Amino acid sequence: MRVRVLYFAAVREQVGKGAEEIDVPAGVTTLAGLRAHLRARGDAWREALAEGKLLRMALNQDMVPQSVTIKAGDEVAFFPPITGG
Amino acid sequence: MRISVQREDFDLGAEVKAIARNPKIGAVASFIGLVRDVNEGAQVGALTLEHYPGMTEKALREIVEEAKARWSLLDCTVIHRYGELKPTDQIVLVVVAAGHRGDAFAACEFLMDYLKTRAPFWKKERTPEGERWVEARAIDDQAAERWQPPAQRPVAR
Repeated sequence: MRVRVLYFAAVREQVGKGAEEIDVPAGVTTLAGLRAHLRARGDAWREALAEGKLLRMALNQDMVPQSVTIKAGDEVAFFPPITGG
Repeated sequence: MRISVQREDFDLGAEVKAIARNPKIGAVASFIGLVRDVNEGAQVGALTLEHYPGMTEKALREIVEEAKARWSLLDCTVIHRYGELKPTDQIVLVVVAAGHRGDAFAACEFLMDYLKTRAPFWKKERTPEGERWVEARAIDDQAAERWQPPAQRPVAR
């Protein structure tokens, strides 16, 4: 299924892109699964999205835990803890 | 309710004047966040603010809705800038109008505490040593947590 994935701040710098549309393999049904799937792309991805790394995630512009289920057409985002204000 | 995520600077006086037209308003409280020239021991020459277009506006609207549900508010303005900023520049404005000062003060502080942990902005500082991303602070999470009802607060260990 196709999802839109966005990357911000330090994550965006590490993986080298801000946005992409990707076809997610059948076994990937959660944000955690997507994160693991993206880690397999290479060193920069493995480091940027490392399992122990403190990252925040959004699904359709709501902050969510990585256990959440994703479906076709969703917009997901990976980013560091926020520092606005 | 006025929510704006913008590059341009804002004017507190103009925003207060715009908000305070309702004769039921007895209290207007406000907060401005500014860029400082020092952070974590390093001189800050400039700041770049990145944000998640769409989610920032959505998050700010939701935070304001939550404030309106908790306190008796008559109006609210939140403006957050993004882009290139430098020390002494204004970053964020919160203005709250209510019948009385208790609601106005509390909601203003709540909005800032929640904005710091829920509105997707990221700051990158330029220092003499180079550029670095500002780290989120535990104190911001703690500040947001104190607004939660006791049952929802994380248990201290």
